[in-house]
Amino acid sequence: MAKVLVKGNEAIAQAAINAGCQCYFGYPITPQSEIGEYMGAHLPEMGRNFITAESELASINMVIGAGTTGTKAMTSSSSCGIALMQEAISAMCCAEVPGVIVSVMRGGPGLGNIAPAQGDYFQAVKGGGNGDYKTIVLSPSTVQEAIDLTYRAFYLSLKYRNPVMLLADGLLGQMMEPADFGEYPYKDPDVSTWALNGADNRPARNIVSLHMPEGELEQLSNRIFEKYEKIKKEETTYEGFMLEDAKLVLTAFGTVGRIAKSAVLKARGEGMKVGLFRPVTLFPFPEKQLNDVAKNADMVLDLELNQGQMLLDVRSSVFGACPVEFYGRSGGGMLTPDMIFEKVKELYAAINKTKVGVK
Amino acid sequence: MKDVSVIISGFGGQGALFAGILLCHAAVVEGKHTTWFPSYGAEMRGGAVNCCVNISDKEIPSPVVDTVDVVIALNDASQKKFENKVKKGGFMILNSSLSHIPTTRNDISYIKLPLNDLAQKLLQPAFINVMALGAFIEKTSALKLESVIESMKEMSKTVSAKKAALLPNNIESLNFGAELIRNQAVVV
Repeated sequence: MAKVLVKGNEAIAQAAINAGCQCYFGYPITPQSEIGEYMGAHLPEMGRNFITAESELASINMVIGAGTTGTKAMTSSSSCGIALMQEAISAMCCAEVPGVIVSVMRGGPGLGNIAPAQGDYFQAVKGGGNGDYKTIVLSPSTVQEAIDLTYRAFYLSLKYRNPVMLLADGLLGQMMEPADFGEYPYKDPDVSTWALNGADNRPARNIVSLHMPEGELEQLSNRIFEKYEKIKKEETTYEGFMLEDAKLVLTAFGTVGRIAKSAVLKARGEGMKVGLFRPVTLFPFPEKQLNDVAKNADMVLDLELNQGQMLLDVRSSVFGACPVEFYGRSGGGMLTPDMIFEKVKELYAAINKTKVGVK
Repeated sequence: MKDVSVIISGFGGQGALFAGILLCHAAVVEGKHTTWFPSYGAEMRGGAVNCCVNISDKEIPSPVVDTVDVVIALNDASQKKFENKVKKGGFMILNSSLSHIPTTRNDISYIKLPLNDLAQKLLQPAFINVMALGAFIEKTSALKLESVIESMKEMSKTVSAKKAALLPNNIESLNFGAELIRNQAVVV
């Protein structure tokens, strides 16, 4: 298929449709309202379900309803809207209900503003809900990747019976660039062994997140964490860019990843050995892969549109292999290629100075 | 082709965002890489809206740029806001019908076009955003005019009949903008 010019939000919506999303439930909020708009324009005419819910809380609980029947369902929102969904996401992980949640981040905390931001890394990756659980989090940096990861989100969600969050930001949601939808590339697993699909010829099933009998919840917790270990082993992905001989390694996720790439190219143009490590899955975080890269580097510079959130995962992955620095902007401020380049220049000079001193 | 980056800015309703989308479409027609990023705040209803478009033969890593080759300012507020965003040696297309403030830089050039006044000569309604785009294309040779026309034809298939009927007006506006540069009639 040829490339078409498409807006990030609309690309996510069309990819969800291609992935076989049968139900969309959502409540509008900038900067992702086009997702709901697009779904509203297309799902009903395809005989699928579209509901503008009365709130974000209602949206995510409708996703739970659809998910328990093994139906592919999605909701989308932005920062403060996603905050309202946390209790339900915890319940989905406990009850092992699949569902896709698209989070297009804006400035926070509070209602914040509508500018692109990445202040919801903790919210997405560590979770704001109660109890021990993990949400699979995928982080696209281009419109093409938003399509590919939306496909992957639906697949992984059914495969592991766990909610999957696509974590984008206002910039990716609002921008346009050419992309190729291709076709949904996955073969979905059979859901008939667990889905609530009518108990006419079989014993009744229960999908719940309350486990009162002694030992039952601990058993479940151990089982879902074994599942998370499997996810870590099999699903971790990242993009490495010019890492082979990199002395200074930049880490960034989502849009900042591609902005940092411009800075890497500029630095390389001036003979600096700089590379980029961009996690694509935020849970599972590419810990070992980053550690391997850090062992051969003199410094890691973490870049984010927040005050330093992924930084914690970067530090624990680097695990002392080299120093980790942070540079970020918050509250809707944008990092530009030149800003990153200036910081790179400063740190690169510092690295070389230290080395000379050691000699 | 050299990479081109451009900011198109004006007040809501002047079609700054549409001109950017049209430019991106034409880039796709020519098989180029392109990105479009708009201001998406409340300014859509009357404030200063803008979009930034990048066109390149290579993959475009950052859609966010520090400076651009060209700024198209459809009103005075846009001229003021983005004059310092132009790279040294770049240029600005100014709509001198709506902007009478002095220019402040001597390391860039300015093309002053009284777009709203000139639009009166054309098939009505004429479009100043598309006129400016025609001038931009002609001046930079970033893309072929035919690619923009092809994009307009493509896009007119997906809009309402009322809008689709304006295709000839759009084409005339585009060609007229290009002619202004070709004839060097009003270049300062």
